[in-house]
Amino acid sequence: MTSTYLVEVIITNKKGVRDPEGETIHKHLILRKGYASVQSVRTGKYLLLSVNALSGEDAIRIVKELCEKLRIYNPVVHDIEVRLRG
Amino acid sequence: MGKIAILKFPGTNCDEDVYYVVKNVFSLDAEIVWHKSFKSVKGWDAVIIPGGFSYGDWLRAGAIAARTPAIESLVEARDLNIPVLGICNGFQILVEASLLPGALLPNENGKFVCRWVRTVVERPKGPWLSMAREGEVLDMPVAHAEGRYYVDEKTFYSTLMKSPLIRYVDGENPNGSLYNIAGVATEDGVILGLMPHPERASESILSPRGFKAGGRVIFESLRQSIKRGW
Repeated sequence: MTSTYLVEVIITNKKGVRDPEGETIHKHLILRKGYASVQSVRTGKYLLLSVNALSGEDAIRIVKELCEKLRIYNPVVHDIEVRLRG
Repeated sequence: MGKIAILKFPGTNCDEDVYYVVKNVFSLDAEIVWHKSFKSVKGWDAVIIPGGFSYGDWLRAGAIAARTPAIESLVEARDLNIPVLGICNGFQILVEASLLPGALLPNENGKFVCRWVRTVVERPKGPWLSMAREGEVLDMPVAHAEGRYYVDEKTFYSTLMKSPLIRYVDGENPNGSLYNIAGVATEDGVILGLMPHPERASESILSPRGFKAGGRVIFESLRQSIKRGW
C-alpha cells in the first residue's frame, strides 16, 4: 500500500560559494533596518514534490535518487536538504 | 561531410547568428539541427551549441538541456575527437553536462549583463584556438545573467591551468567569475565553452569603437582545423 508524501528539496550554495542575493538582503535590508542580531542570510531554491511511496523513508530515497541522477542540484556548487513536510 | 551542426533547443536564440557567421563570413557548411533530430556526433565535422535560454533557464541555465539525448550523445565527441563549442547558454549546458569542469552561477551583481569585454587567451590549442597566439587579446560581447564561473581551487590548478583558457582582462570581469574565467576547454582543446559571443564579434562593422572583432580567430581556427587538422 502506497501513500502520498510531500517531500521538500532545498538547494543552497555550498559554504564558500558566494551568494550575492543573500548578502544583499542581509546587508542592505536586514542590517540597514537595525536587526543587528542577524549574522548572515543564504538564499536557495525550494522544490515540493508529491510522491507515492511505501513510507516516508521510501519517498525520501526516491527523491534523493532523482536529485542525484537528474542533477536537480549542481554538486559542484550546491548542497541539498531533502526532508518530509509535516 | 564537412558540415557543422548548430544545435537548437526550445529557447535557443543565437542559432541564426552562428549559422550566418559560419556560413557567410567563414564559408563553412553548416546546418541548424533541432535537438530531437540530433542522434550522434558521427558524420559531423564540429558541433556548436549556441546561446539563448534553453528551456527558459528553468531550474538552472543549461540544466534541462544537459539531460537531453542530444547532449548526452556528445560524450562520444571526446573519443572521436569531434570539436564541440558551447557559446553562452551552450557553455552553461556543457558544464551542466559535466563535459567541462566547474559551474556557472548567477552574476555577482544579480543582473543581466550585456557589454563588450576584452579577454586574453592562455595556452591556445585544439580546433577552436589553433590560430590564436598565447596572450592574444580577444574583444567580444557578453550577454548573460548566469556567467559567474566557479571552480574549486584544486581543479583550477590541476586541470584548468594545463588547458586552454580564456580570461577577462583584469578589471573587466563582468560577472564575478573566479580567476576572471570567461571560457574553459578540455586539455586538448577539442571541447571549448565560453560566455562571450564570438559570433557577434566576427565582423568589424559590428564592433563598437575601440573594440576589434575578437571572435574571428575562433572560426578561422575551426576552418583551418577542419581542413588540415590541429
